[in-house]
Amino acid sequence: MNLTEEQIERYSRHILLQDIGGPGQEKILNAKVLIIGAGGLGAPIALYLAAAGVGHIGIIDGDVVDLSNLQRQVIHFTPDLGKAKVESAKEKMQAINPDVKVTTYKDLIMASNARDMIKDYDFIVDGTDNFATKFLINDACVLEGKPYSHGGILRFDGQTFTHIPGEGCYRCIFDGPPPKDLIPTCSQAGVLGAIAGILGTIQAAEVLKFITGAGDLLTNRLMIFDAKKMKFREAKFKKRDNCPVCGVNPTVTELEDIEQAACDLKDA
Amino acid sequence: MKLTINGEEKIIEKDTLTISTLLLAESVKMPEMVSVELNGEMVERDVFDTQEVKEGDALEFLYFMGGGQ
Ligand SMILES: [Zn+2]
Repeated sequence: MNLTEEQIERYSRHILLQDIGGPGQEKILNAKVLIIGAGGLGAPIALYLAAAGVGHIGIIDGDVVDLSNLQRQVIHFTPDLGKAKVESAKEKMQAINPDVKVTTYKDLIMASNARDMIKDYDFIVDGTDNFATKFLINDACVLEGKPYSHGGILRFDGQTFTHIPGEGCYRCIFDGPPPKDLIPTCSQAGVLGAIAGILGTIQAAEVLKFITGAGDLLTNRLMIFDAKKMKFREAKFKKRDNCPVCGVNPTVTELEDIEQAACDLKDA
Repeated sequence: MKLTINGEEKIIEKDTLTISTLLLAESVKMPEMVSVELNGEMVERDVFDTQEVKEGDALEFLYFMGGGQ
């Protein structure tokens, strides 16, 4: 593939980077990334990946834009109220960059469709709001051998890591999802809007680093962000032999829907 | 003893501590939902009662964080 003159100009700030250059930008243009959730995290992820020229972006979300979303879901605008989030997101992504092919899924990711949905993508990004789905995405990616970025936010805090096949996964840190309703979600406990931007852009940067091979990924490291103190910390972890999904004798060998509150308020 | 917990230095008024008694001393809610990293390594939950914590140790209590939308 040869970059056109317009592409050379559009992506010039990437091409200037020694770790990316023309070949790196071509990799970005050929990449297929799936974003799960077009909300607080999904918004900055989708905007930055579209701007970066990720050639094919899939985006999954079953919801429509709600007034309480607009405090942080910066891909959706006031006139989009009531519109499917995936359609609203697609419009903005293609307005930023018509080079990008966007496939929308106005759907929920579930045990029955997860492996099928992720299998054609090179990298998966978790921008969902509940533990049932976060564990489902982890398990689906481990079972399909797909790399993915995990992200979670609450109040003034965020957590993220990048899973690469063969390295530590979410269940290497947390065995399984917490019981229903035990841990508050953003819809119950609130979240500072800009936190979604901070975490989502870290996830977007990880995607671009993965595609281009630039730098070191957040693998086997859980980054923890505390915006009240404005401090980043990290906890090291590794693939654990007794991990329920990636360990030696896994107990999770196929996907199962975990019954959960999964945000009673669907506009988490 | 002096410990670093989630990046903050803390003095715990105890001479001997295990992960379990430290979680209790720190009034961590729902300790069964918390994963613990000690000096850069994750601690298996089944040794929380026996794993000792010593002066100068650095710990990270990892909580579930589930939002995203
Ligand atoms: Zn694992």
